[in-house]
Amino acid sequence: MPREPLLSLAGVNTHVGQYHILQGVDFEVARGGLTMLLGRNGAGKTTALRTIMGLWRASAGAIRYDGREITRTPTPELAQLGIAYVPENMGIFAGLTVRENLTLAARGGPPDEKRLEWIFGLFPAMKKFWNGLAGNLSGGQKQMLAISRAIVEPRKLLLVDEPTKGLAPSIIANMIEAFRELKRSEASLLVVEQNFHFARSLGDTVAVMDSGRIVHTGRMDALAADEPLQQKLLGLSLDVHQ
Amino acid sequence: MSAGTAVPAQRLDWLPLALIPALALVALPFMPSLPTWVTLTVAGLAMGMMIFMMAAGLTLVFGLMDVMNFAHGVFISVGAYAATSVLVAMKASMQAPSLGANLSAILPALLAAMALAGFLGWFFERVVIRPVYGDHLRQILVTMGGLIVVEQLIHVVWGPDIIPVPRPATITGSFIVADAAIERYRLLAVLVGIVVFVAMWLVLNRTRLGLLIRAGVENAEMVESLGYRIRRLFIGVFVAGSALAGLGGVMWALYQESVNAQIGMQMMVVLFIVLIIGGLGSVGGCFVGALLVGLVANYTGYLAPKLALGSNILLMVLVLLWRPRGLYPIGKA
Repeated sequence: MPREPLLSLAGVNTHVGQYHILQGVDFEVARGGLTMLLGRNGAGKTTALRTIMGLWRASAGAIRYDGREITRTPTPELAQLGIAYVPENMGIFAGLTVRENLTLAARGGPPDEKRLEWIFGLFPAMKKFWNGLAGNLSGGQKQMLAISRAIVEPRKLLLVDEPTKGLAPSIIANMIEAFRELKRSEASLLVVEQNFHFARSLGDTVAVMDSGRIVHTGRMDALAADEPLQQKLLGLSLDVHQ
Repeated sequence: MSAGTAVPAQRLDWLPLALIPALALVALPFMPSLPTWVTLTVAGLAMGMMIFMMAAGLTLVFGLMDVMNFAHGVFISVGAYAATSVLVAMKASMQAPSLGANLSAILPALLAAMALAGFLGWFFERVVIRPVYGDHLRQILVTMGGLIVVEQLIHVVWGPDIIPVPRPATITGSFIVADAAIERYRLLAVLVGIVVFVAMWLVLNRTRLGLLIRAGVENAEMVESLGYRIRRLFIGVFVAGSALAGLGGVMWALYQESVNAQIGMQMMVVLFIVLIIGGLGSVGGCFVGALLVGLVANYTGYLAPKLALGSNILLMVLVLLWRPRGLYPIGKA
């Protein structure tokens, strides 16, 4: 009997003000894998993550996580259930230090030393700027802090929105390595991404959105190998995005 | 955790703080004598401390909850009236030339003021503010409406007349230091203000609750995403801010030696000037802004009385020309 997916969305609709953004979204995130959520700008990827996290309420449909329905569960409770969220704007607290950002994210008390050493291994800048103001970090370092904050305690599911947005290629390479390490940890990941090279390097499975609907789900390697399908779904050529 | 050594640590921005002694020194040559300057400076600092107590809650509420509470003045008024009721009832203790007897009246009065203002804050958050989170226009309308209703209720409970507030005997009068007359009450106000500021600073910077509040002021949604119930934090800050306004109201009523239903509303313009000067949501900025406003009001009140209120607006304009988001801006997400 196949294992139940960690997260599943069934017929999820979301309205933001007068706009009907998600129009019946269905997809799943397997346990222990990395699922890429791809799509053109305005397809509804960020709305999907925010709806899962409870920041926008689904107007119809059902979201299940770890064997329970969470469609109406408040955001803080979702975090307590083990879902971490890294928003597109990173959401770091600029007026707090790196240490304070991570201390706040560790709800169970001071951050675990071993866990911190692991994070410092992934992102050495966090150790270097430990007592520095988060607002003074570079764009890449802010992204590292946002991800560090999400993993400062063990989580079951990480929702990450465009982790490579605005980053230099060398930083993206570091980020790919960090995500490979994250995949080896206990967490499952759902990552929204525009950078196809990043997506192809890390994704196990993929869901592609267009106009508020899922238009394709499958293996990431299969999509990476099928250039006509990429053109059709995403309007891009893999060669261009190497 | 002591990770990292060669780290660019967080540095205090001293420039806005330096404005306070700079302003006092600039005023010195315009004064007829050094004692006059000392008297006015102490008066300005005392006024600034009282304004800080009244404004601190308002700036936190705005920063954390993005709520423009035009009814904040009623917490000042209600605090002042609650304390007045206690002080009038314990008039004998107030007039006794004994610090112990005075304190036996003042402490219950302060507690009554903070408790009633805090309770009113809780009621306001639940009934008036909660339905209009995220809608600034409606916030202004309903809080102005709430202000009018509570002012009328004050008339019903305490009557429309101005009520004299007795000052305790041991802090009445002045003492002379190098020919400068310093009112005892003003010195007390400075001390209370310092205690309140230090307590707030310690809570905000040395406790997990303070960390949550500072983070919530920047990005409430992200605090929720980390697993904290921001709504509970909202209520706590709103109640604490209201209680603090009540405390400020008592101090202000004792300073003026009378109380009327508009005592809080009359302060609102000054409070908003302080908030804007300090940077909306910034407690440190509110502290510096309040002291600057207190000093400027006292210096100009003495040198050119007709310019007193205008001088605060001029101060605000000058600060905003220098730092458009206030002295200590908060980086809101």
